[in-house]
Amino acid sequence: MEHSSPVPGLEFEAPIVELEERISELRAFSQSSDVDLSGQIDELVRKCDEKKRAIYAHLTPWQRVQIARHPQRPLVSDYIKWIVSDFFELHGDQAYRDDPAIVSGLGRIGDRRVMIIGNRKGKTTPEKIDCNFGCAHPEGYRKAMRKMRFAEKFGIPIVSFINTPGAYPGIGAEERGQAFVIARNLFEMASLKVPVVAIVIGEGGSGGALGIGLADRVLMLENSYYSVISPEGCAAILWKDASHASRAAEILKLTSQDLLSFGIVDEVIAEPLAGAHRDHAATTSSVEEAILRHLDEVAPMGVEERIELRHAKYRAIGRFTEELPVG
Amino acid sequence: MSTEESRPREGSRFRRRKEMPTGLWMRCSGCSKMVYKSLVLERGNVCPECNFHFDITSEERIRLLCDPDSFSEEFGSLESVDPLEFVARRSYRERLEQVKEKTGLNEACVVGTADIGGTPVVLGVSDPRFLMGSMGSVVGEKFTRGVDLAHELGRPFIFVSGSGGGARMDEGMFSLMQMAKTSAALQRFSDGGGLFVSILTNPTMGGAMASFAALGDVTLAEPKSLIGFAGPNVIKQTIKADLPSGFQSSEFNLEHGFIDRIVDRQDLREALIRLLAYLCPQA
Repeated sequence: MEHSSPVPGLEFEAPIVELEERISELRAFSQSSDVDLSGQIDELVRKCDEKKRAIYAHLTPWQRVQIARHPQRPLVSDYIKWIVSDFFELHGDQAYRDDPAIVSGLGRIGDRRVMIIGNRKGKTTPEKIDCNFGCAHPEGYRKAMRKMRFAEKFGIPIVSFINTPGAYPGIGAEERGQAFVIARNLFEMASLKVPVVAIVIGEGGSGGALGIGLADRVLMLENSYYSVISPEGCAAILWKDASHASRAAEILKLTSQDLLSFGIVDEVIAEPLAGAHRDHAATTSSVEEAILRHLDEVAPMGVEERIELRHAKYRAIGRFTEELPVG
Repeated sequence: MSTEESRPREGSRFRRRKEMPTGLWMRCSGCSKMVYKSLVLERGNVCPECNFHFDITSEERIRLLCDPDSFSEEFGSLESVDPLEFVARRSYRERLEQVKEKTGLNEACVVGTADIGGTPVVLGVSDPRFLMGSMGSVVGEKFTRGVDLAHELGRPFIFVSGSGGGARMDEGMFSLMQMAKTSAALQRFSDGGGLFVSILTNPTMGGAMASFAALGDVTLAEPKSLIGFAGPNVIKQTIKADLPSGFQSSEFNLEHGFIDRIVDRQDLREALIRLLAYLCPQA
């Protein structure tokens, strides 16, 4: 386990956090006082695991949204730290400025060279402000596209880590064509000659997420979400009150399991017991395994076949009825 | 007691309000002036005082753009289902039934083949009366099939967008994914040399604007349309400040370099004919 100290909990995790706190107190006490408490500690650990299983077996969609936003959930920087070797960051969109809300650069995952693209959220308050809380501006989407084109030229697969509340809604963002750059990314990503694997690691906030997310394979971590609108935004429209977000989260069908059943995502990556925020090493390692497995499947294909399949994948998404002419 | 007194007042206010649209005069929502209604209609539902472009139906749009009787609808039997079983205050199913009954439309856009100044095209038009012209599975599918048809027939594809809602919330991620689907279809079409003319009308926002509507080889917009990604209210709440006047208008988008040309509704057909003459010269 990476975290020896308890993880600050969400409301529904209170019983877990309470037990975790007692465990770490006992551990600290037994270390400092030479009293053997291992029996009691083991018993508490067992109890705590039981609690975790019980709570995490019945999460509501809104609870999953909260886990997806957990302050200690692994961010793209953690994935880079744990599973990417020799990360060589590359900045800038060569048009306006470098957007810190998007990270990009060359790296190795396993034996593979990859281009990493990701939404950066930041951990400390200054970092969060610098990254605009994960909300990219148009220059961020252009930056991502510039790196993707570069990767394409040299036959390097693209791995995209999605974790954003959404593309930024602001004056500058509109002045610089937020809608136009997202559309352009969708258009360009559809024809990239190299493999593209996207993973929703936290928040999949609408067009801002999709703007780096059109891929051969789209994976989701178990407790991430991906939605056409934030639960708060949906609640504000439907009930004129953002506090109904939990109801909105139910009806939007935004969980990884929902989207797997709709055929919108290709795989759900299981998280460690009681969430990715409790074990970065295990989480990132599962994601690494999934990335490599999917790259192993799509990389050997011919360029035309892969692009054809990518087009077919998106062409098939949609539910409707059609009265066909008889005969 | 007091209800007796208030009733006639309520009644008279109601009557006065109701008089406006059916009468000879109407108030322009652009300049707030009273304008002569027949003048507005004569100009394709455009205010003669301030050039504000009011909503028009897909039928009117087709009549304004196409050669007489040349439009032939395709894929008209595609209809929405309710993949999320979305129930808010009312169910999506119920809302669909109601809007179909009220408008006689099947969905928020119409696609078909047509001639414009003698040039055969594939044309799509969104209709603001149907759930604000928003994009769900059917709009995405019709658009994509329209692009494929244009590709197959070797014709240009023209789409008149008008969607305040963008991606339709009631179909959740199915709606969002139509952005990817329509954009990918346009990429193929473009690769094959196809011409896509995107016409933006008031309003074109959100998921529609951040996908197909932004991907024209040529992008035209009607004057004073709201065009952008995030809705003005969302931006206002986010930045906690007022927005500059004219923000996200056609003129704003032209100034910032995102659209090619602003064209009055009455001149759109002529503009298309001139463009098509350059890009699809008749043998």
